[in-house]
Amino acid sequence: MVRVRLWGSLAEGAEGQREVEIEAGNLRELLDGLGERFPALRAELERGVSVSIDGRVYNDSWFTPIGPESEVVLLRRLKGG
Amino acid sequence: MALDQTGKTRDFKVVGTRPNRPDGIDKVTGRARFGADIVAPGMLTGRILRSPHAHARILRIDASKAEALPGVKAVVTRADFGDVPDHVADIMDNCMAGAKALYDGHAVAAVAANSAAVARKALRLIEVEYEVLPSVTDVDAAMRPGASVLHEGRQQETVPGGMSGNVISRVEFGHGDIEAGLKRADRVVTRIYRTAATHQGYIEPHACLATMGPDGQADLWVCTQGHYMVRNTCAAILGMEQGQLRVTASEIGGGFGGKTTVFLEPVALMLSRKAGRPVKMVMSRTEVLRATGPTASTSIDVKIGMRKDGKITAAFAELRYQGGAYPGSPVDMGSMSAFAPYDLENVKTVGWDVVTNRPKAAAYRAPGAPMAAFAVESAIDELAKGFGLDPLEVRLMNGADKGTRASYGPTYPAIGLKATLEAARAHPHWKAPLGENQGRGVACGFWFNFGGDTCVSLNVTPDGTVNVSEGNPDIGGSRASMTMMAAEELGIPYDQVRTIIADTGSLGQNEVTDGSRVTFAVGLATIEAARAAKREMCRRAAMVWGIDEDAVEWEDGAARPAGPNAGKFPPMTLKEIAAIASNSGGPIAGHHEVNAEGAGVSFATHMVDVEVDPDTGATRILRYTVFQDAGKAVHPSYVEGQFQGGAVQGIGWALNEEYIYDKDGILQNPGFLDYRIPVASDLPMIDTVILEIPNPGHPYGVRGVGETSIVPPLAAIANAVSAAAGVRMVQLPMSPPRILAAMQGRGRA
Repeated sequence: MVRVRLWGSLAEGAEGQREVEIEAGNLRELLDGLGERFPALRAELERGVSVSIDGRVYNDSWFTPIGPESEVVLLRRLKGG
Repeated sequence: MALDQTGKTRDFKVVGTRPNRPDGIDKVTGRARFGADIVAPGMLTGRILRSPHAHARILRIDASKAEALPGVKAVVTRADFGDVPDHVADIMDNCMAGAKALYDGHAVAAVAANSAAVARKALRLIEVEYEVLPSVTDVDAAMRPGASVLHEGRQQETVPGGMSGNVISRVEFGHGDIEAGLKRADRVVTRIYRTAATHQGYIEPHACLATMGPDGQADLWVCTQGHYMVRNTCAAILGMEQGQLRVTASEIGGGFGGKTTVFLEPVALMLSRKAGRPVKMVMSRTEVLRATGPTASTSIDVKIGMRKDGKITAAFAELRYQGGAYPGSPVDMGSMSAFAPYDLENVKTVGWDVVTNRPKAAAYRAPGAPMAAFAVESAIDELAKGFGLDPLEVRLMNGADKGTRASYGPTYPAIGLKATLEAARAHPHWKAPLGENQGRGVACGFWFNFGGDTCVSLNVTPDGTVNVSEGNPDIGGSRASMTMMAAEELGIPYDQVRTIIADTGSLGQNEVTDGSRVTFAVGLATIEAARAAKREMCRRAAMVWGIDEDAVEWEDGAARPAGPNAGKFPPMTLKEIAAIASNSGGPIAGHHEVNAEGAGVSFATHMVDVEVDPDTGATRILRYTVFQDAGKAVHPSYVEGQFQGGAVQGIGWALNEEYIYDKDGILQNPGFLDYRIPVASDLPMIDTVILEIPNPGHPYGVRGVGETSIVPPLAAIANAVSAAAGVRMVQLPMSPPRILAAMQGRGRA
């Protein structure tokens, strides 16, 4: 299981939970799992998110492994100039 | 020294030096080719007709008279584009209005003609019937119930019911208990801060040359921060396959985020498709200001509680950003970055994305962060000074460090914020005396940085020189940086490597030059491409020596037998191996393709001295010092240039620059005479101090540096001006009339 931290407005889509546990071994499984368990999150997930795993930010690398002890935080999709 | 991927430290020989820039001669002699510097046989001139109204329904467009004008070869309106995929629908609508014109300057039609004079005349012959609608350009006004609504049905599920349709989305970040934290404070500052929309102010206007043949193949020459983005976006809008559109990036005269989308390009391609001729389009400065993307204007509430020893007990901000006529202001980035420099037990930000009748905001260097930092760093300064505390010491006491849970969620690895604060505290600038009407300000700033899709190809020529091809326009010295990293890795001199920017047909997908990503991500790919070439050269040497390739290592530009059992062979240099490439299997190259993850966050502290004229309210910048973590400065001169450039753009944002609209939403200052950016004579030399806290996610420890430097200046200057003027300034720009009024009103800034 992976423990995922959600930002405030995202938590509203996860029944108010700021941290949830998802069965996932990599980034794709994590995002798929979140969408399946919390349908209200799907719109935000489809608009795009970045994910911090142990302090490193990932955007689209589906097969990035996530360990059970990893710190995982969903972020708004990062933009730059 | 920096961390290698193995965790070892290394001594650099090329990285960290200051060689001449490879594009220097071309740029100082005028030989460099920018967006407008190219012609094609049979080329037409394209021009855009723009809305004179801020908000209007387009009832009818009649271009028949224009089309009949001799010399006119094509007229384009939105109808020519038909339906486009959802992911480019807003971009399309911004390039050419559909049902409504949404801001003053919104494109409504375009022509291609034999000459600019004919094109201009044709524009005057296009008849557009408008139904003028009420408009709104202020973010707070746009949020009010009853405000004229730009779009129906665009509000996201994150927005509570009953709010204006102009409020598109809401974000919220943070942890802890704000109210409990505020109760533990000895003082709470509550303020509303406002910033104006400012333009990136790049010197080169948008320009392109489009050529589309009857076979559907097309070429586009364009000034952009990302020609792969241009290809993909234009192909989607025009219903083309990406492989049929080759885009070549020109040299670029500045972008700062403003060239990370398209404006002219799809229109030029459509004109070329209709006319069957190449079409060149170049914006005027007025068009750049009216119709390309400035940054958001903002209105930000901040409430921060502090104990009398300087410890922050709670921090809250509510941020309202208008991003122009379409959803997507950078309020999410502002909400995430606002308190990122601090280690806070109780912190919360709420952000609102709002649309108004202004041009769609584009990215501008650390999009969203400078405004948030202005508000937060101003409040912290006010609290520190209210307690008679040193503002640097207060920031050090509350500063984030390794292990801090950031206000936006993750736990930081090793970061450089405190190093920048300590460097500032130790710098002579901090103790230098100030005169009458002078003030000193400091502020911190943060930016995320990121990586993304990146391709690099490195080819060894038969004479042993090396060519590197990368896919990101050189906007801040990337050709020099890539050349240096390739030379470093190969162990050869800088002048033996030349780096070019390849067109979209020559490399795989490359992310836009944004997010301070290029030196990090393209540098990483360049190093890996060089390593691939080294492996191949070791293999060739092993063949020559008749030993196992694992028994060969690369050192100081040559293959060498590794270990006592490999045999005694004289080293084979890169040139020697290149000379026998054809005899040993063929040309030698290395390449690397990656979605580069692991960009390290970056922090800066800025210190500035100002003098405010009490009679006029005019501010003069006396001294300015930037302290920033670069991870590893590949070419320190370019890093210093990024630091200085960010500071200067921040000075303009803080003191002068703003979009001024009249009551009907018409832009009043679309030119550099009335929209005043700083020039050299306004500025002192910007001093820089480079800190190097290696990013463990990069082989040489590199962090992006291009954006962080614009985050602290607004607040640092506001803190300095507030000290000099004796009144807290809470609205940007701090123009002379505004400062004078504040000084005369004392406290009503």
